[in-house]
Amino acid sequence: MTTLNTLGIAKPANKTRVVVAMSGGVDSSVTAGILAREGYDVVGFTMQLYDHGAAVKSAKSCCAGQDIYDAKRVADALNIPHYVLDYEATFQKDVIEKFADSYVAGETPIPCVLCNQTVKFRDLVKAARDIGGDCLATGHYVQRIIGAHGPELHRAVDPARDQSYFLFATTRAQLDYLRFPLGGMMKPEARSLAKQLNIAVADKPDSQDICFVPTGRYTDIVTKLRPEAAQPGEIVHVDGRVMGLHKGVVNYTVGQRRGLGVGGEADPLYVVRIDPTTARVIVGAKADMLRDAFKLTGVNWLGAGEGIAPEGIRANVKLRSTQPPIAATILPGDVPGAANVVLDEPEAAVTPGQACVFYDGERVLGGGWIAREDAKAFVPHNMRKEKAAVT
Amino acid sequence: MTRPQLIYLDHNATTPLSPEAKAAMSAAFEVPGNPSSIHRAGRAARALVEDAREAVAALAGAKPADVVFTAGGTEANALALRGLVRAMGCRAALCSMVEHPSVIANMTDVESFLAVDANGVVDVAALQQRLKNMPSPVLVSVMLANNETGALQPVAEIARLVHEAGGYVHCDAVQAPGRLSFSLASLGVDALTLSAHKFGGPKGVGALVMRAGLKVTPLFEGGGQEKSRRSGTENVIGIAGFGAAAKTVPQRLSAVAKIASLRDGIEARIVQSVPGAVIHAKSAARLPNTICVSVPGVASQTQVIQLDLAGVCVSTGSACSSGKISLSHVLKAMGVADELTATAIRVSLGVETTEADANAFLESYIPIALGQAGGNA
Repeated sequence: MTTLNTLGIAKPANKTRVVVAMSGGVDSSVTAGILAREGYDVVGFTMQLYDHGAAVKSAKSCCAGQDIYDAKRVADALNIPHYVLDYEATFQKDVIEKFADSYVAGETPIPCVLCNQTVKFRDLVKAARDIGGDCLATGHYVQRIIGAHGPELHRAVDPARDQSYFLFATTRAQLDYLRFPLGGMMKPEARSLAKQLNIAVADKPDSQDICFVPTGRYTDIVTKLRPEAAQPGEIVHVDGRVMGLHKGVVNYTVGQRRGLGVGGEADPLYVVRIDPTTARVIVGAKADMLRDAFKLTGVNWLGAGEGIAPEGIRANVKLRSTQPPIAATILPGDVPGAANVVLDEPEAAVTPGQACVFYDGERVLGGGWIAREDAKAFVPHNMRKEKAAVT
Repeated sequence: MTRPQLIYLDHNATTPLSPEAKAAMSAAFEVPGNPSSIHRAGRAARALVEDAREAVAALAGAKPADVVFTAGGTEANALALRGLVRAMGCRAALCSMVEHPSVIANMTDVESFLAVDANGVVDVAALQQRLKNMPSPVLVSVMLANNETGALQPVAEIARLVHEAGGYVHCDAVQAPGRLSFSLASLGVDALTLSAHKFGGPKGVGALVMRAGLKVTPLFEGGGQEKSRRSGTENVIGIAGFGAAAKTVPQRLSAVAKIASLRDGIEARIVQSVPGAVIHAKSAARLPNTICVSVPGVASQTQVIQLDLAGVCVSTGSACSSGKISLSHVLKAMGVADELTATAIRVSLGVETTEADANAFLESYIPIALGQAGGNA
């Protein structure tokens, strides 16, 4: 038997076709560069996700923004074939529309997870398989480690760069096919490799915000797609007092303090809840935001066994990408794909639409979407078939 | 990684530079003058331009004075469509639905487009009807051969009808030289567009060939070169290559039978080996070198990428500069279902294409078309 190559495949590097998802940024460029240097048969794919010209309201451009151009130039320099795949329609349907739906439903969505789940790890994985790729490598900072029962997802070695929160929805089958060569690396190491490999984008700043909202004003996109998200409504205190009016639920996220335009209280006011059916933004004191139990939908399980053990598990959970993990007990829900989370200590700003990701130390055990408290027949925004009915 | 040997089957996109054009261009590099200068160096440059003009005129069966050099087919189309409309006082312009984007982009009215049949051929009877209800004079632009399918248009017949109605006819003939015999007179058109790189010349040089007596308003003002029809110092090196390539057209035409037989062989093998394969415009009169084929179930892009990774260059119907692919407007106009349009590729042969190239293409293509390549799925 042939020994395993550095990607864990039993073939020599030059017989192993690795598709690299190249965004035009430093990380994916370095990923392509190191694999090409190791002698793999590297093929670069860049996804055309939205009309960049339309997004920045410039004159109609023939498709590509700067990032696609950068990816092409990096591929040229590395002397690897490179292709642009058009996923505009599916990105619109599976990411942008769902992003807007989520706001209408009173949530705060994470479009990057939706994109990873759909366009990247469903469609791009298929495209990579279609052209005979042995695996798909990305520039994500996350580790894929082979355990006793197959590949496991682990946090990146560089804690400041760890992207595991955004990858909780990666299925076992996808994880099997994916590779993350940068997961074991510190970011400065990647930057210096970029210089060594003569990658032109070595000094390019890291991407910020949401890619399809280059202006930073996501509310424009949401209200264009879902005008009801800009419907004015009342700002109501948890005790029932109407505190003022707002210009649409799209402008609010649970836990928000600034920009409420209401005051006169002894303590600062926070958004505690958003009620999409009445277009009400409910505010209260910090203590009103505290929650210690909530439901999850769309749960993906990557730990041992087929799912969360019936008696529940102990794990650390992250409720926001920027938050440190906190101790919790996780119980299976009453329907498949659901779970209940009980935090050891109550936490402020448990925000519907954000992810709750389970960790056992460095290992990702899975995660799910934080459901709205008042949602009875809640369908997570990433699974809705059609536009959510809003009354 | 060592890459497989290149098999180039995308001659409708561009052709390799011919040795003749390359030699002429190398010689032109040595000539320092500006063709408008009165000194010896200028005269030498002028001579290169005028020699080329004669060769290009001969290719189109026109007089040297009829040839206006441009920076390619797109500019020649724009000059014809905007310039003729303005200078000749045309009150409307029409073109077929299967024209190149550089023609379509010059149409200002959504009513400007002429329907085509299932082979992509203009419906002449419908055109005749349209002409009865149009303000006169009208400018009609119809291509000689389609870049995606190779289908030929009844240009001479269209020209006759349009002239009877008092209009003018422009023909985008960029795909025709070396693949089809034609002349300004045999087509009966008023103006036609040529592009050097479609028959062994360099990229970035073209010409509008126009019947004597016609006027065009230039696209931009300047030093008044090309009889004030196209200002700007002539691209002497490119034009020299264009002229040399024009002189190779008779040789190229003599290879047409060989190319057609390679094409027929490829098409027969595809139809025989790939169930459900559709050759577009197969029953139309068409160029000898062009195959536009759909296979159910395998996206065009996947096919083109897989073929490229195997060293075979073919193209999808229409790709923009970034590589993003949109459904072909040509196949759409022909009424081809979207599922088939989304799986179409274009294979276009050239004078240097060999039987071995054809076989190498088929060896790669057939498993891809059958969905058997890739393997991991």
